[in-house]
This record gives sequence, C-alpha cells and structure tokens, in this order.
Amino acid sequence: MTDLLELRNIETYYGPIMAIRGVSMRVQEGQIVSVLGANGAGKTTMLKTICGAMDPQKGTVRYQGREIQARDPDWVARLGIGHVPEGREIFPFLTVDENLRMGAFSRRDGEINRDLELVYTYFPALKNFVKQAAHVLSGGEQQMLAIGRALMLRPQLMLLDEPSLGLSPLLVQEIAEIITRLNKEQHVTVLLVEQNARMALDVGDFGYVMEVGRIVMEDTCERLKNATDIQEFYLGMKDQGVRGRRRWKQRKTWR
Amino acid sequence: MEVIQLLISGISQGCVYGLIALGFVLIYKATEMVNFAQGDMMMIGAFVAVTFINILEWPFVWGLLATIGVMAVFGILLERLLLRPMIGEPHFAVLMLTIGLGFILRAVAGAIWGNEPRVLHAPYVGEVWRVGGVIIGADNVAIVLGTLFLCGLLFLFFRFTRLGIAMQAASQNQLAAYYVGIPVKRIFSLVWALSAVIAACAGVLTAPVSLIDPLMGFVGIKAFAAAIVGGFGSLPGAILGGLLVGIVEQFAGLYLPPGFSEVSAYVLLLVMLMVRPAGLFATMQQKKV
Repeated sequence: MTDLLELRNIETYYGPIMAIRGVSMRVQEGQIVSVLGANGAGKTTMLKTICGAMDPQKGTVRYQGREIQARDPDWVARLGIGHVPEGREIFPFLTVDENLRMGAFSRRDGEINRDLELVYTYFPALKNFVKQAAHVLSGGEQQMLAIGRALMLRPQLMLLDEPSLGLSPLLVQEIAEIITRLNKEQHVTVLLVEQNARMALDVGDFGYVMEVGRIVMEDTCERLKNATDIQEFYLGMKDQGVRGRRRWKQRKTWR
Repeated sequence: MEVIQLLISGISQGCVYGLIALGFVLIYKATEMVNFAQGDMMMIGAFVAVTFINILEWPFVWGLLATIGVMAVFGILLERLLLRPMIGEPHFAVLMLTIGLGFILRAVAGAIWGNEPRVLHAPYVGEVWRVGGVIIGADNVAIVLGTLFLCGLLFLFFRFTRLGIAMQAASQNQLAAYYVGIPVKRIFSLVWALSAVIAACAGVLTAPVSLIDPLMGFVGIKAFAAAIVGGFGSLPGAILGGLLVGIVEQFAGLYLPPGFSEVSAYVLLLVMLMVRPAGLFATMQQKKV
C-alpha cells in the first residue's frame, strides 16, 4: 500500500504560539486513520494545515507524492480532499439540496445527480429536508449534511474533524457506521480526528495520539485499545494493579 | 394629484438610492467590507457612459453594454489591486481605504472629464406623458423599469445559477466555501464586478434626471442610510430602504421647511435605528447552535 498523505515535521503557529510542534504522520490508501487527543492537542490545527486553511512554518505535506502545504484550501479541495470541519459549518441559508450541490462545485462531470442520490441513500434522513434551509436541521442531521457535502466532491481522502461532537451516543454510532461503510464501499481514505476515543479506535485501522502539538503514540488501533495508558486516560478504565495503585499518581501526561 | 406626482418622483429617486444600496449590501455580505466609494463608482459609470454615448456617439444600447463591460473590469481590478491585499487587516483600515478611494475617483474624474455638469444623451430624455393631470417623465419610467429588470435578473442569478448560489455560500460561511472547493477569492472579485456594474446601471439611469459631475457620488451617503434602513445585509431590504428614503425626501421637500429634504434621509435613519435597530429586513446572523 502506498502513502496517500504524508506529513513531515510540520510546525504550525497561531501568531507566537506554536500549536503543532513537529508532527509527522502517514495515511495509507484505503485506511481509516484516527487521531486522538484532548482539547488543545492540536488536532484541528493539523487538519487545517493539511487542507490549507493554515500554513505551516516548517515541514511538508505530501498528497499523492505532491507537496500541497501553504496552498489555498479551495485548490487543495479540488485535488480530492474533502474536509468535514469541526462544528459542521454548513451553509445555513441555502437549502439542503443546494448545500450538497455546492459540495460538487469544482466538478464538471455529468454524474452530480447520481452522486446526490448516493448521498441520500447513505443519509435518508436528509431526503425529508431537500428544499428546506439547512439551519433548521438538527445537530445530527447537520453533521450528516456536512459529511454528505464533502462526499459530493468524490474525495479520495476525507478529513473528518470531530464528527461526534455534540451528538447522542446512538447518533455517534450511526456516524461511525457510515464512516466505515464509506471507506469500504466508496473506497474513501479517512483521516478521523476525535476526542471520543472509543469510537475513533473502533472505527480506525491505525491510530495516532497527540498531546500538546506532538505525536506521543502511534500504533494499530487494535493495539492502542489494549495499551494501558490509552485505556486509562482515553477510555476511562481503571488500572487493576496488584497493589491497587492508580497510575495517574505516577505520571499524568508525557509533556 | 400632488401626492401622486411626489410619489412618482420619490419612487424613481428611491430606485437609484436602492441600486447604490444594493451595491453596498452585496459587497458587505460577501466580503464583510463596506465600500464607501460605491457612490463614486456610480459616478465613474455615468462618465464612462458619457464617453461612449456623447463623445464617441455610440448608439445608446451599445454604449450601455460597453459601460457595463468596462465597469465589470474596473470592479475586478479594484478588488485585485486594492482590496485583496487588505484581507485580514482591521475593518477600519479597509474603511479608510474605500473613503480614500472615493476622493481619488472624484479627482481623477474631474481631471479626465472636467468639473462642469454634463447631460447624458439618452434617447428617451424629454419625453413626457400626462395621465389625468399627473406628469410622468420617460426618464422616471426608465429608472423604475430598469431597476425592476435588474432586480429580476439578480433574483434569477442568485436563486438558480451555480455561481449565484456559490456567492451566497461564500458570504454565509467563507471557510466552508473554501473547504468545498469554491474559489472564494475569485468569487470576491466577481462580487466587486457585480456591484460596480449595478453602480454603473444606477449612474446611467439617473443621468438624464440629475446632471453628471464628479460630485454626484455623494448620493452614496444617502444610499448608505437606505441600506441600513433596509437592514444592512438584505438585498430586498436595500431596494425597499432606497424607495423609503426617496419618497420621504420628496414629501419632506414639499411639506417641511426648506433644508429638511436634504436631511430627511438621516432623520429616517435615526428613527429606524431607534425603533428597529436591525432594519426592515433583519437577517438572522446567528451561526451555529
């Protein structure tokens, strides 16, 4: 398998504040790669650096072997990178139908209507609101709309920024299933950024753990799930040590 | 009779205010900049039309089309050269830039076309109809019809074309527009082109009624008041606000002591800000839930 996306020593700043402190990671074609981390770990900043909304001070982002850092986000999108931003960011006063069609703005082929149908088969709930302004949708439906809109680009790589944010456990599960299905059926490679570690590890093939702008762990999701640190800090399981000592007393972070 | 007569001239003057207000609102909605040179863009448009129609003696329709083309390019150039480098700068800096731009445009227009007022040779000038004691000038009718036509075109454009919807998308959520691959910067250029074209149309329509001189752009301030009355950020609101200002102005001119007609637009603005600060057509601006 080849690397679809490769980050090498990325450093990104918010003014004087260094948000990403030298991150390297790779996403292989066909994979679902999950990135875990607490608030302020730099997960969203990393996605913004990939899609071009922020420019890295140092380092390279390669997509299909081509350097794409510090380009405009619309240019990056046209390469086939669909971005589902944090907080959904739909077009509130356009209809659901128009929102989805805008997702295909850069496409000129005649299969847009076919893909529209495809989105509605994945998200039948949206079908009830086709001609309604998108701001009337519930949070979960807006999330589906945002994913559907990114799907209309026919992306090879999809960047998902906290799709579980503010959703009920049932909806989180539904979104997780859809991500898996998109990966299997539409062959979309997924880079999933999540705070909901359980979902991210269930869905993902490979996982990275970020803390304060650095990658502190990387492994297959299967193995990450069994790592004691992850179980304790991200999945909330308590250590069942012989002496019953809680590990957080030893070390809380890798800072 | 008198009332109807005033209403007619108020509506036709209001249409011009409305068109300029439309330019304000378009640019503000898309780029969150306020272009205080909007009135001066109208003045430039009128002078360009004078150049084609009076000086080069082109037929009116061809001259109008050429003016529209020239002003579209002018709008794009303005955005490219002056406004795009200002992206990310404070609003105040952009505001000063457009005010300064207005000064420059007035000076340049004076240098090129002279400061004496001119009259645009429109084929319908001087034509007058009498309907039951009311005098209707063809130039007034042309303004109203032209405005209606332009509004209709704009409605169709924003409602049904891919580009029009993309402009709305870019104004509603700039970042998301970037993410779906809409070339937002190019869209901004086109928005400036569109509002320059609208300004030019306003200039050509108003030219037979009021004289063309480098200072005619000052009606832009009244149009700005009209845009706020309509609820800055609403396109129908801009037109309606323009009509309101135009009509109130005419009636103030007759029924109130001299001088009130000039300030009536601002009085209306103050009253509106006290009674309904969001304007007639307040648009919901809350994002996210």
